[in-house]
Amino acid sequence: MGFMTLFILTGAVAVAAALGLLFARNAVYAALFLVLNMFALAVLYLALGAPFIAMVQITVYAGAIMVLFLFVIMLLGAEQLKEDGGPIAWQRPLALLLGLALLGELAYFVFAAATGQTRLLPPPEDFGTPHAVGQTLFQQYLLPFEVTSVLLLVAMVGAIVLVMNGKRAAQAQAEPEAEGS
Amino acid sequence: MVPTSFYIFLAAVLFTIGAVAVLFRRNTLVIYMAVELMLNAANLAFVAFARQFEALDGQLFVFFVMTVAAAEVAVGLALIVTIFRTKHSVDIDTMREMKG
Repeated sequence: MGFMTLFILTGAVAVAAALGLLFARNAVYAALFLVLNMFALAVLYLALGAPFIAMVQITVYAGAIMVLFLFVIMLLGAEQLKEDGGPIAWQRPLALLLGLALLGELAYFVFAAATGQTRLLPPPEDFGTPHAVGQTLFQQYLLPFEVTSVLLLVAMVGAIVLVMNGKRAAQAQAEPEAEGS
Repeated sequence: MVPTSFYIFLAAVLFTIGAVAVLFRRNTLVIYMAVELMLNAANLAFVAFARQFEALDGQLFVFFVMTVAAAEVAVGLALIVTIFRTKHSVDIDTMREMKG
């Protein structure tokens, strides 16, 4: 009973925050709605017996990644953008139609597959604790873990190279314009 | 206890909202955030299934999805900043040429 109430309340918050992301006019508001959504999901992870993932969700996703988003939004001054239909007039009705179709299909498969489901048992004592997750991570998933570090390094180098090249290209573009005028 | 299918349905709803937002919005940064929302919905499904089958592998996958998402955000935001320098806009409709 308690878990059901928690699920309904948190799920409502998550869906409302997602809708806020969809309809917010200001990109900063959209980012803050996404942070709210991530906190709601972290609560659900706690209820699902994943305390470690819940904390990582808050620190990495709601903390690091969303701060990066907010930083770039404010750096570019891109929070306000005229949101009319765009060049393709039928894009938005079609988007809604396809979204409803996708939701219908997903709901059908979720509830069609859920028939005859067994009741959930309480999880083992140490399920999802940092200790258990670390044991699995560093024994069974050691190679993916190491590959991930390479991926992060490549992403970092890639981001730096992209921004530096962009700077050079912008300067090269700006110089002929300055000469022309 | 809450049945797993409820969690999966919530993940489906969040994923759909994210997909519609990608098609709906014109601000590239908001589209990017909607992609993050879709990743989060997939993560919720992973954790729910990990709970149902009492296997930690699902939670480990969420861990890796988060890492890949962090890498993706770093590169993607660098791309957006670079495009902004030449186009002076984050409107997705200005990015219609192969050559800036």
